Amino acid sequence: MKLRSLILDTTVRLIFDAVLVFSIYLLFAGHNQPGGGFVGGLVAAAAVALRYLAGGLEEVRSIFRIRPWSFLSLGLLLVLGTALLPLFGGGPPLDQWAWEAEVALLGKVKATSATVFDSGVYLIVVGLVLMAFEGLGESQVTEPRDLGEDPR
Amino acid sequence: MAIGGLAPLAVVVWAVTAAPGILDGTPVTSSHEWVPGLGLGVDLRADAFSLLMIVLVSGIGALVFAYGRRYFSHSDKGGRVAGLLTLFAGAMLGVVLADNLLMLYVCWELTSVTSYLLIGIDDAEAEARSAALHALVVTASGGLAMLGGFVLLGQAAGTYQISAILADPPSGTTVSVAVVLVLLGAFTKSAQYPFHGWLPGAMVAPTPISAYLHSAAMVKAGVYLVARFAPAFAAVGIWRPLVITVGLVTMIVGGLRALRPWDLKQLLAFGTISQLGFLMVLFGIGQPEATAAGAALILTHGLFKAALFMVVGIVDHEAHTRDLRVIPALGRGWGPTKAVAVVSAASMAAVAPLAGFIAKEKAYEALLHGTAADRLVLAGIVAGSILTVAYSLRIVVGLLRPDLVAEALEPRGASPHAPAIGFVLPGLVLAAASVLLGLLPALWSDLVDEASRALDAAAYAELKLWHGVNTALVLSLGTLAAGATVFALRRAIATFQARTAPDWSAAGAFDAVIGGLLRTARLVTGVVQSGSLPIYAAVILTTAAVAPATALLLGDWWSGWPDHLGPAVHLPIAGVIVGGALAAALAKRRFVAALLLGVAGYGMALLFVAHGAPDLALTQFAVETLSVVIFLLVLRRLPDRFERRPPALRPPVRLAVSVVVGAFVVVMALAANGARTEAPISTEMSERALPDGDGKNVVNVILVDIRGLDTLGEVTVLAVAGIGIVALARAGSRPRPQPVRRRRTWSARAGGGR
Repeated sequence: MKLRSLILDTTVRLIFDAVLVFSIYLLFAGHNQPGGGFVGGLVAAAAVALRYLAGGLEEVRSIFRIRPWSFLSLGLLLVLGTALLPLFGGGPPLDQWAWEAEVALLGKVKATSATVFDSGVYLIVVGLVLMAFEGLGESQVTEPRDLGEDPR
Repeated sequence: MAIGGLAPLAVVVWAVTAAPGILDGTPVTSSHEWVPGLGLGVDLRADAFSLLMIVLVSGIGALVFAYGRRYFSHSDKGGRVAGLLTLFAGAMLGVVLADNLLMLYVCWELTSVTSYLLIGIDDAEAEARSAALHALVVTASGGLAMLGGFVLLGQAAGTYQISAILADPPSGTTVSVAVVLVLLGAFTKSAQYPFHGWLPGAMVAPTPISAYLHSAAMVKAGVYLVARFAPAFAAVGIWRPLVITVGLVTMIVGGLRALRPWDLKQLLAFGTISQLGFLMVLFGIGQPEATAAGAALILTHGLFKAALFMVVGIVDHEAHTRDLRVIPALGRGWGPTKAVAVVSAASMAAVAPLAGFIAKEKAYEALLHGTAADRLVLAGIVAGSILTVAYSLRIVVGLLRPDLVAEALEPRGASPHAPAIGFVLPGLVLAAASVLLGLLPALWSDLVDEASRALDAAAYAELKLWHGVNTALVLSLGTLAAGATVFALRRAIATFQARTAPDWSAAGAFDAVIGGLLRTARLVTGVVQSGSLPIYAAVILTTAAVAPATALLLGDWWSGWPDHLGPAVHLPIAGVIVGGALAAALAKRRFVAALLLGVAGYGMALLFVAHGAPDLALTQFAVETLSVVIFLLVLRRLPDRFERRPPALRPPVRLAVSVVVGAFVVVMALAANGARTEAPISTEMSERALPDGDGKNVVNVILVDIRGLDTLGEVTVLAVAGIGIVALARAGSRPRPQPVRRRRTWSARAGGGR
């Protein structure tokens, strides 16, 4: 087990959820204010990177129950789904639709298909960074000088 | 497998119900738009010749499915084969029904692809993969040539509609070239010399596949094409000499080769090649009577050849061998199987009163009525037919009394377990059809008559079993007698063939060509892909800078210095960027260099902030942060310091490249500043973001709506990159694949061991 810094560990756990919530805010605010799925995904990925710094790959793996590739596939599914759905209604692919409703307490709520599309982008960005950690982030790294010799 | 048979069965039912109308001379047509701009449409047209092909393709297809149900009863491949066979049957119907050149091409290639998948169905076998690739490369190359021919033809005629082109054929040099290209496609597909090598190789496929694709259906596509085009184009350019030469050579050489193999399936394969050559000649001449004979032969060939394949498959399935030197004598319970073999082989050898006899008699007669050149062709065909008789005898005797054909390698085993009657039934149906059509020519006389008339209005056919004693009959009898003699002299001929056999084969030649191609590719790759990252970067950057810069500097680009330098806050930010970049270039340690690059990137983000682009700044910050983290992940695996050994590019060279690229960017920026002539598109984007995109954030609306397709592509790339990272990082830790011990073929090497 790697030696972990208690201060870093605690701080990261404290701010991790806050950063994640912020990233989701960016995702939903994106259509009308600064933000969007891409930025949101990157911010979430930065939060994941913090967890990595605190506890290595095991820590990153323990954050989400689903595996990195599931993020990718889910994201692709959302993006492609919103892109192709208008075809069934006779519209061109990637056509946008918006839907407004009065909800108690919240007031006027507006939903657009762009948000679903953006959520797919968000998931893919997070998935990509998780994949990078999965592929490159093992704690046991072969020393560079060993690479030259092939034991086989 | 049984369910799969329903599809071709349904087509047969349709064909029977539609037959009266089509035979009266009114084709059934149906047309749907696909890509109107390219003249590409799903135009279907079923005339009498198409009907004949439909009956052949679907009728035999349904029987093959019934046969395959037994053949694959102990195998888990049945489902896959059934699906692919159904797909193939659909594509083949598309070929014979298409009334649009491009549509025909699409279906044609679909049959190539399904054939590839079906030949390689045993994908664990290197030999199967290699044979499948061989077939695909040959037929698809021919198909591409054919596509070229189709385009030339379509442009010359001004339409891609086949019936229109045939009704009013264009002429000229272009058309002469086009028909040769189209013929190339037909020759490769129908395994004509010298492209025949893939067909014997394709025999690695399970027998139901061979019986369907490589005897009755797919290989007939080339013949079909020639049959369609010959009446209109036989006189164009070198069509007639080319088709007749290739067809006759194929017929005779294929027949000679069929006398050699011990493997019954190989024997049938060469027999098929020979018969395809025969069909090529009959249709290719473009003479009405020969066309009618071809129409009769294409049907009978499907009947007897599919039945023979089925017999060989049954023997293989029960005795686990199809080697004439090993096959045991077939005893009790094998009667029906033997009957199918005898009847079908006799039909192939044109023994009266079978269907094959009527077709061949018709061919002889047609050529006897022709010109002197036709008689010469007739001589070739008689020679080929004599060989056909000889190898037909070889099959029959080989199955009934194997010792007479081949000396046993080891004492032959006891008779294998007799096949269930359900296994033999499809073959029995085909054999019965051969007998019935032979005894009652009136049954199919109309069909052949109308089919040949659909090709060539001048054609006619009245099929008869007995024409009285005439030259054709004498020729037929002579052919049978000569064939029997050739068979009787088989030992002498075998010795002669063994002595004179060339030590190269078409398959070997093909492997050599592909091997040469791969060697050249390796050579070129070795030169172009040095594997040095600095060299790649230098080449890409210099090209990107020098090529546009030359164009730019040649024109009038100078529009004066920009009138203002922007707010003062830009200066310190620029200082940060330049400082970070310079320091990164000078850093001795990788880790430090990565961090300093990050500094330059954060500087860019500050610049975005200063310009009032919070979205960009936010993205830039996040990207920089993550880049540094991922850099560090990779850098852990590399030595801490940059290497001391001389780099691939000396520092002065690097400096020169950097200066050139930098100078270009400055020039580009200055030129762009004064180059605007049109109103920027971004104004419209800003205006339409809210009403059309339902969003106040223009950047986001651009990403998800205005340029939504780009984003779709980009995130797909991201996902692929993610998969790539994990795959690459884990590639080193996987155990090395075991070397393949099978025949070392190029595809086995290219495909990698399992």
